[in-house]
Amino acid sequence: MLLPSSGMHPALRLDEELHVSQHGSGASPRTVRDVVFVDGIRTPFGRAGEKGIYAGTRADDLIVKCIRGLLRRNPSLPAERIDEVAVAATTQTGDQGLTLGRTAALLAGLPRTVPGFAIDRMCAGAMTAVTTTAGSIGFGAYDVVIAGGVEHMGHHPMGSGADPNPRFMSERLVDPAALNMGNTAENLHDRFPAITKQRTDAYAVASQDKLAAAYQEGRIQPDLVPVAARKPGQGWTVHSKDEPPRPGTTMADLESLRTPFRAHGRVTAGNAAGLNDGATAAVLASSEAAAELGLPVKMRLVSYAYAGVEPEVMGIGPVPATEKALKNAGLTIDDIGLFEINEAFAVQVLSFLDHYGIADDDPRVNRYGGAIAVGHPLASSGVRLMIQLARQFEEDPSVRYGITTMCVGLGMGGTVIWENPHHPDYSGAPSGQTAATTVSEGATA
Amino acid sequence: MSAADYRKLADLFPNETVTHSYVQDIVLPGTDGKPGPGTFALITLDNDLDHTKPTTLGPNTLVELGTALEGLRERAVRGEIVGVGVTGKPHYLVAGADLSAVKSLEKREHGLWMAQLGHDVYATLANLGVPSFAFINGAALGGGLEIALQSTYRTVSTGAGALALPEAFLGLVPGWGGVYILPRLVGPENAVKVMIENPLSNNRTLSGPQAFALGIADALFEPADFLEQSLAWAADVISGDVVPERANAVDPSATGVEARWQAAVAAGRKFVEAKTSGASPAPGKVLDLLEANRTMTAAESAAVECETLAELMQTDEFRCTVYAFLDLVQKRAKRPAGAPDRKLARPVTKVGVVGAGLMAGQLALLFARQLKVPVVLTDIDQARVDKGVAYVHAEVDKLLGKKRLSQDAANRTKALVTGSVSKDAFADADFVIEAVFEELSVKKQVFKEVEAIVSPECILATNTSSLSVTAMAEDLEHPERLVGFHFFNPVAVMPLLEVVRAPRTDDAVLATAFELAKALKKSAVLVKDAAAFVVNRILLRLMGEVTAVFDEGTPAEVADNALRPMGLPMTPFTLLAMVGLPVAQHVQESLHAAFGDRFPVSANLAALIDNNVKALWETAPDGTRAIPASTLELLSFGSSPSTGEQVLRRVQDALAEEIGLMVDEGVVAGPEDVDLCMILGAGWPLFLGGITPYLDRVGASERVNGRRFLAPGVASRPA
Repeated sequence: MLLPSSGMHPALRLDEELHVSQHGSGASPRTVRDVVFVDGIRTPFGRAGEKGIYAGTRADDLIVKCIRGLLRRNPSLPAERIDEVAVAATTQTGDQGLTLGRTAALLAGLPRTVPGFAIDRMCAGAMTAVTTTAGSIGFGAYDVVIAGGVEHMGHHPMGSGADPNPRFMSERLVDPAALNMGNTAENLHDRFPAITKQRTDAYAVASQDKLAAAYQEGRIQPDLVPVAARKPGQGWTVHSKDEPPRPGTTMADLESLRTPFRAHGRVTAGNAAGLNDGATAAVLASSEAAAELGLPVKMRLVSYAYAGVEPEVMGIGPVPATEKALKNAGLTIDDIGLFEINEAFAVQVLSFLDHYGIADDDPRVNRYGGAIAVGHPLASSGVRLMIQLARQFEEDPSVRYGITTMCVGLGMGGTVIWENPHHPDYSGAPSGQTAATTVSEGATA
Repeated sequence: MSAADYRKLADLFPNETVTHSYVQDIVLPGTDGKPGPGTFALITLDNDLDHTKPTTLGPNTLVELGTALEGLRERAVRGEIVGVGVTGKPHYLVAGADLSAVKSLEKREHGLWMAQLGHDVYATLANLGVPSFAFINGAALGGGLEIALQSTYRTVSTGAGALALPEAFLGLVPGWGGVYILPRLVGPENAVKVMIENPLSNNRTLSGPQAFALGIADALFEPADFLEQSLAWAADVISGDVVPERANAVDPSATGVEARWQAAVAAGRKFVEAKTSGASPAPGKVLDLLEANRTMTAAESAAVECETLAELMQTDEFRCTVYAFLDLVQKRAKRPAGAPDRKLARPVTKVGVVGAGLMAGQLALLFARQLKVPVVLTDIDQARVDKGVAYVHAEVDKLLGKKRLSQDAANRTKALVTGSVSKDAFADADFVIEAVFEELSVKKQVFKEVEAIVSPECILATNTSSLSVTAMAEDLEHPERLVGFHFFNPVAVMPLLEVVRAPRTDDAVLATAFELAKALKKSAVLVKDAAAFVVNRILLRLMGEVTAVFDEGTPAEVADNALRPMGLPMTPFTLLAMVGLPVAQHVQESLHAAFGDRFPVSANLAALIDNNVKALWETAPDGTRAIPASTLELLSFGSSPSTGEQVLRRVQDALAEEIGLMVDEGVVAGPEDVDLCMILGAGWPLFLGGITPYLDRVGASERVNGRRFLAPGVASRPA
């Protein structure tokens, strides 16, 4: 058992002195190491489809831009020190096929000695790429990794090419309607009648407004890597901002939208994330490797968890996932100062907020707006949440813990809890110092 | 003039595949949180076709580009843009002037317009009022590279290839400013290398890193985010954060530059003389322009460049080159005339080579390297077999040493080549080629033995250069399986393969031979079984004529230098020595037997062979050439010497006669195949168009055959 005894505050760092010998004297000692989020970057997101900015751009090229952007921004990271490239995509065929992590590494010009793999947990792909590689860093298998995700929904509409097992239907394992995410959002409205269309629309308007404000303040642009794209009859251009946002959206605009999933329903294109193209990637490292290589530490990983729910109401997934992650960390929801929750649907965010008694317009939630405004290229979104949380941590050292959380198709949720290195009580090694030389107050408490 | 003033010229080309100039505004990025310098207009040169259709610069394209640039110049004046960039569709900046369009310009005046149109458009690019940038993402040839040179700054992709000013190779000059700008940018010596040496060395081109090293480009970026990085760099240049250094650039008026300039031009002239004997006007014109423009302004140079281009566009050398390069090498060589449906071809999974001599070894190496199938050499005893295999292994090691092969590939290739004293090793071969002594009875015996072992479908091929393939097939059980497969020496280098169809050769065998040629990366030409096929028949006719005039009493220097105006790669006597006098004589005897007195057998040559003389000329240590007295003693001469002009005319007429007969006999599908064979098999220059356009031009075809080989306009000015 690697976790410390219940008497100790488990959110606090597990430094290398905390190791366990296994199976007697023959086994080598095992060390649990801190995992830090060094940097994250993403492409501008595009609208899927023929008119979208990436209609003529390959998905794998999008992730390559991110990997190169990360290396360029972190010149002290030698490419040969990258131990793994984990790249998520929901549909792993075509330009998202062929073991994406490996092909992206080769296409990005990383040394051939750097391995890579592809990963899938639908919307939580990039999040799972992060947590899976983070687990391996903690275990000592890697020092530095790149984890990210890509989804070109223009090339790969959700579920394209999938062949659901007929047993889902014949044995009523999953309501076929649950394979359509919009239906699950309507189902969530049924379950929580207090969440009205008026509330979801208001939430969506706020999301647009918050993103527009964040853009205005220059909080989004620094973490975008420009992408050159060419379209027939137009030539090359370079995209350096997101295409999906509709700043200035009003309640009146949203009221007029149709409800495509249910006649007289509540879910519209306005209070849901769109269909999008985009990619994200992050560098994670052990805190020792970050110190050794002089890499910045933007966040420290505290805990993570995934949980399953009924597929028919997949949007509620963040609730049990967050419960588990908080429990693993020994924290409560009151310890969380910032929430980056993916806005697949406004109703699904509100169900989470209602569960925890958080107001719809709580300033701790999605300060820069969310997927309703910026877009949700499925498997890439997890790292976008982390990029934004990291920037908010830097801006707001008063916050110690934040979470990134998202619902996942087929009934899941994922939550990652992060600690802010800028907080005065930060328990990890300060950036640029060797972790082993620093013992935080918390760890000795 | 504005680009629109050239509408009349553009209208002459209603079917031009236009490369469009798409303009996009881009807000340049800032660095370190600073705002960027402003809006940048990026032009993409794009014909909206896939990568198999390169972008080119025809009159309509240039008018569109010029109009776009004029619009941007106005926007620059209004302060709306801070810079202009030019890039291309994937793989191309732009491949260069539309040669088919240029070739079809019938009047000198139209050529001059075309030259001026290019200059006017490029002058707009060079004088926008804001800096211009070329982002060289891929191939940039001729006028394509000149767009980049005319820009204020250049970036190049490490993935870009085919960067060149090939005009001297094509029969033109880099007359859209290249000849003026390049020596100033990279120094006169490098300019001569790019404009003269490379074009005249099999049209060699530069890679992106090479162009950067020479100083043609200011910055080098990797392909994965080439455009993004180029734009970020442009932003830094415009902001003044980056000032490109140009280590090789020269100021023509600076001290010492005049001497460098003159030395570079002189070296260039020497190179041209060695490569072409001055037989094509273009390379000399390039050097004339270079020499003169040192003291000129860009505008003065432009006027001379345009006049020179207009003049050269009307030359037959230029038109011959376009015919030879576009119509023959790039098109006809890839779709051989008369080749059967490729679907009939059978797979070749193992190859047998009869003989283990030098030619056999070369064949074995080629088959093993290119086909990557087992190759068995056989010979009459183990020592010869071992020597043959050892030769191949040694050649593989040489390639390994030069890093042309990886260690794994070398191991694989060596393992593929084995030897045997028994032809039983051919039992499972699909293709067996003989490279034994040029003697019909020997070859027939070999095929008889092979046929006893191999399957009935196994293809038998002969590398004979002069024997009858038909006769070789006579006693075979399956004569339909025999095909001629005539390589040229050195096998690894020469691109031509004469595929000889005997009367009974069947289509499946022939189709396999063509597919095999393609797999071996050779250009195959289908020829009928006739003595010495194409290349050797023409070369021997030529050498026979020159030997004959020599035997008649023409001084050796006169005889051997008479063909200089043709610009052939070497003189007849040099060629004779390279082929080897006995081999030449052997083939000549076959031709004499087949065609009689058109191929006289020289008694002098026989005397030299009998006395083991290897060459007529002997080169002294000081480089002078002379025929040694000991050689002269062996020879006897007639008393009817010819002048150089007479020799040239006699050879022209002889070639016209021989090629006329070959076409009439159906040895090849047409004179175009003869031209292709001479270009690829003998290295004859493109500015001769191979040979038949030259014979048409000098009147030999009309004199001898009463008609041209090619209609006017095919490889010459339209009638």
